[in-house]
Amino acid sequence: MITITHYLVLSAILFTVGVIGVLIRRNAIIIFMCIELMLNAVNLSFVACAHYLNSMQGQLFVFFTMTVAAAEAAVGLAIIVAVFRNKETVNIDDINIMKW
Amino acid sequence: MLDLVALILLFPLIGTAVNGLAGKRMRKETVGYIACGAIGLSFLVSILVFCGLLLLPPEGRLFEKHLFVWIESGSFRSLAALQVDPLSTVMILTVSGVGFLIHVYSIGYMHHDKGYHRYFCYLNLFTFSMLLLVLSNNFLLMFIGWEAVGLCSYLLIGFWFEKKSASNAAKKAFVVNRVGDFGFALGVMLIFLIFHSIDFTEVFSAASHGNFETGNFAITMITLLLFMGATGKSAQIPLYTWLPDAMEGPTPVSALIHAATMVTAGVYMIARCNVLYMLSPFTMTVVASIGAATALFAASIGLVQNDIKRVLAYSTISQLGYMFLACGVGAFTAGVFHLMTHAFFKALLFLGAGSVIHALSGEQDIRKMGALKSHIPTTYKTFLVGTIAIAGIPPFAGFFSKDEILLEAFVRGNFIYWSIGAIAALFTAFYMFRLLFMTFYGESRVDHHTMEHLHESPGNMTLPLIALAGLSFVGGFLGIPGASAINHFLSPVFGGHTHAEIAGTELAGHSGHHGAWLPYLMMVVSTAIAIAGIFLAYQMYIKKPDLPKKLTDRFRFIHKLLLNKYYVDEIYDALFVNPTKKISVKILWKGVDVRIIDGSVNGIARLVGGLSNVLRLLQTGYIRNYAFYIVVGCIFIVVLAVFGK
Repeated sequence: MITITHYLVLSAILFTVGVIGVLIRRNAIIIFMCIELMLNAVNLSFVACAHYLNSMQGQLFVFFTMTVAAAEAAVGLAIIVAVFRNKETVNIDDINIMKW
Repeated sequence: MLDLVALILLFPLIGTAVNGLAGKRMRKETVGYIACGAIGLSFLVSILVFCGLLLLPPEGRLFEKHLFVWIESGSFRSLAALQVDPLSTVMILTVSGVGFLIHVYSIGYMHHDKGYHRYFCYLNLFTFSMLLLVLSNNFLLMFIGWEAVGLCSYLLIGFWFEKKSASNAAKKAFVVNRVGDFGFALGVMLIFLIFHSIDFTEVFSAASHGNFETGNFAITMITLLLFMGATGKSAQIPLYTWLPDAMEGPTPVSALIHAATMVTAGVYMIARCNVLYMLSPFTMTVVASIGAATALFAASIGLVQNDIKRVLAYSTISQLGYMFLACGVGAFTAGVFHLMTHAFFKALLFLGAGSVIHALSGEQDIRKMGALKSHIPTTYKTFLVGTIAIAGIPPFAGFFSKDEILLEAFVRGNFIYWSIGAIAALFTAFYMFRLLFMTFYGESRVDHHTMEHLHESPGNMTLPLIALAGLSFVGGFLGIPGASAINHFLSPVFGGHTHAEIAGTELAGHSGHHGAWLPYLMMVVSTAIAIAGIFLAYQMYIKKPDLPKKLTDRFRFIHKLLLNKYYVDEIYDALFVNPTKKISVKILWKGVDVRIIDGSVNGIARLVGGLSNVLRLLQTGYIRNYAFYIVVGCIFIVVLAVFGK
């Protein structure tokens, strides 16, 4: 029997993988994918909880998240392309002009 | 008619405002007319007020005009109110009358100056301040006038502020006056402490109704502090040093400062407070001694000075010494009378000197003048009248007032006061005629270039000279011994005991063998003294022109001492100015200001900067680091939420 605990643990694992990916990877596209992973981990827990609580609100929220994620993917990828055109790299260690 | 008194102050104030705000955009003629018109109207109203006062019975000649309540705080109350009585009437007539003539003269004298409107704005303000000073009915309002006069003198002495010497002289006048004003302010505070009021009428009636025995310590302190203010404003020892330097301003300003406004303030103040001064014999002795000392001291410096204005400046100090001598022996009327006649002839002399300087394109050294008599006849004639008046030849104005002071000094004071006054009178006659002879007689020492431009001054400059010469001639008849109009007029202010009565009783009492002929003897003696001084000057500068040179060589030390004004400026520099500067630079500037004040301000800035330097290390620019902080924060919040309870 697969309970809500399993879903939530899986969601937590996926989220952590995403966080660690954001923190330690250098490639902007991979960081971007990790962010997507975090979003989807949250989606998973939303859906699981919605099912468990017999409530539609959680599922509804997932649609919003997916919409935001799609928009974010469009904007984010555009930024990455723009950065690449300027600096010929997507290594974020080289993109550090945002300091004093 | 007495109700109009506020107008006397209003007209100059309007003149100041109009010329100050819009003078730049107006034509020069308009500026001059407005300024002169303002003072002229003031003078006319003063005459009306004077007539109004004459209509009242002598003992009821006191009118107060309350304008508004100025300050009210607890038991302290100061009205903006004006007081008209014989003393203030004499003052406003002198100030506005002589002031008006000086204004008219200035139109011609300052014609080429680019600060024309600024000049007239200040000049009107100056007259306003002096009128406020003499019209106020309480000590605080008087203090406002007192300070405003100081401010205006600063502005006008430093009128040509591009000149270093002028701005220095202005600063000197301001700072020296501040020393005296400090005493004056303390005196006023002490008056409030003792009398719980600062109104003239209340203070004086409290003082005169026997609440204080003669020689009361508090009264002595008050009068001494007020006298300290008077020494500053009226240029007495030890605070006289600013006045000779004050001639750095335009010449009509010197005339205004020396004659009508400013320096007479101290004499007026003491005359006004005669009730208080009478209660303190010690202060009276101080006043008389300082007056006598100043009269002699300044006159001796005047003997050898070569700058035409400087001679006149020392003569002013000397004459003010006379006035204080008169006040110090209790002859307030004589002091005020001399103040008035002095205003006439000193304004005349300064304006005449201005006319000479004008004719010689700015030359002030009398060694480079001579034989100007025929070139500038009007100036010469009027200057001669002024010189005779100040020397004390009857029947000119100076004779009556000076003679009265000497008589009073002898009768009420003692032989020392009289002899100092007499020697100073001898000096005065000598140096004034020395000035006259060196300027107008002898052979010309004017250089060729200046000679070509030599010209008599225009009508608007000579007319005031003629008017003042007339006043210098007839002014004395107000105080003819025996039938003194001014004496009679002023007697309500200076108590029932007019000085003539006292003089009479004392004469009868202490010198039965002199009797009534003493005043006439005195007249003969003082005339003889004046003639002796003139004769001496005539011998030295007309008959034997090489004599001064011989005397100078003979008494080299004394001459040098006098020429350098007893080195008083140098002594003050060494004693007060330089130590103050040194303390200011070494301790107050380099120590307190740089270390403590700047140090604390800069220290705070440096502390913030240092902390920021540490904090900015957090800002690496790597998104990874920022994301890590967010994660740490999230974990912290989660931990807090789960385990916090």
